[in-house]
Amino acid sequence: MGADFIQTMLLTGKLATWTTVLLLLIGFPLAYLLAYKRFLWKPLLEALINMPMVLPPTVLGFYMLVAYSPSNAFGRFLEQYFDLRLAFSFGGVLLASILFSLPFMVQPLQNGLLAIPVSLREASATLGKSPVTTFFRVLIPNMIPSVVTAVAMTFAHCIGEFGVVIMVGGNMPGETRVASIAIYDEVQAMNYDRANQYSMVLFLISFVLLTVIYSMNSRKKRF
Amino acid sequence: MNMLKISIRHAMVSAAGPSMLEIDTEVSPQELLCLYGPSGAGKTTLLRILAGLIKPDSGRIEFEDTVWFDSKTGVNLKPQERNVGFMFQDYALFPNMSVQGNILFAQKKKDRAAADDLIDLFDLAALVGRKPHQLSGGQKQRVALARALAAKPALLMLDEPLSALDSEMRTSLQEEIRKTHHRLNSITLMVSHDVPEVKRLASSVMMLKNGKVMAVGCPENLHFGNGPTEW
Repeated sequence: MGADFIQTMLLTGKLATWTTVLLLLIGFPLAYLLAYKRFLWKPLLEALINMPMVLPPTVLGFYMLVAYSPSNAFGRFLEQYFDLRLAFSFGGVLLASILFSLPFMVQPLQNGLLAIPVSLREASATLGKSPVTTFFRVLIPNMIPSVVTAVAMTFAHCIGEFGVVIMVGGNMPGETRVASIAIYDEVQAMNYDRANQYSMVLFLISFVLLTVIYSMNSRKKRF
Repeated sequence: MNMLKISIRHAMVSAAGPSMLEIDTEVSPQELLCLYGPSGAGKTTLLRILAGLIKPDSGRIEFEDTVWFDSKTGVNLKPQERNVGFMFQDYALFPNMSVQGNILFAQKKKDRAAADDLIDLFDLAALVGRKPHQLSGGQKQRVALARALAAKPALLMLDEPLSALDSEMRTSLQEEIRKTHHRLNSITLMVSHDVPEVKRLASSVMMLKNGKVMAVGCPENLHFGNGPTEW
């Protein structure tokens, strides 16, 4: 295995890990909002979060690229205040990847929260516990399979991402060249053995993650 | 004294159709008040309103000179601020915590001696390490009572605490409820459909139908007819 293979696999892992960690922090408040709160714009927010499920990745990638451009407000803001250009950079791919994987994190968490009987939250409230205490001591411990599913789905989905990365990041070794891009690249160059190496690793990772999800969810229901 | 003053209006929708819950009453200190009536009468809704889990349309609730709810001034204390013990129909024990964990979690300040005291009172010593799914209905009920007491509530509310149990179990657990009430030395409100149970436990009874109070008084002076089926 060459150094570029290892570099590409490490970058793929780095992107998936960062996406998953950041999405866990973003996804929980969103899932909580969608599961428990009623507000006027909820269908709009829900539709926006779930858009990546139906949207071609290239569409999102295209608009991200447009947004990153210094000739537009967001790109200009980043360049002026943070000296940051996101197009064709790891940061740019990471941001696009977070948006693109959002529903894979939010949906399992939302379903997990909804599956917890209302009376558990109410009991905790009547016992004087704040929503934050209830969240960490009652809700999260009773939805571990949903959290594992959300994390595994997000990670697996992120590893398999192609369209968004190629649009936003291109194919820069060590910066934006992730395994899915490398496969395409190697096939183009007719390096089928190398393409197979990447493919096999991605296949195994995805298979293991999905097996974990299904074995978690086949356990006996607690409620 | 721990007087509970209730004067509320709340629109309800039940299986029987829409109705208006109208309650104007005062509950004296140390009363064990049973709410009795057919389903859809508003018994559970009233308990949930008192606990702060439902906001009534209008009115005022006052307990121990503290206003819990007043639609005129916009006061509406959260459940956390009312210091009530609420026992749910499904007991709502936390599945991730052991029997002891449920009781310790409920305490405002960690006090193992007080928790052990409750564990003894409800005869739970052999079960402390068990999770709720490893308990029988009667055991869950005892844990739920112990947990409700662990927070040292000023007011205890029991929503059909014994409905899921067979008659033998009911009789023995009615004793636990009486014990709980005496220990608390405050007001207990309890929803029940069961006439013998009401007669055995209640110091007073409020009969509800379609959101209206039909009668209030000590159980000896009330006419129960043939029980809820007659309603």
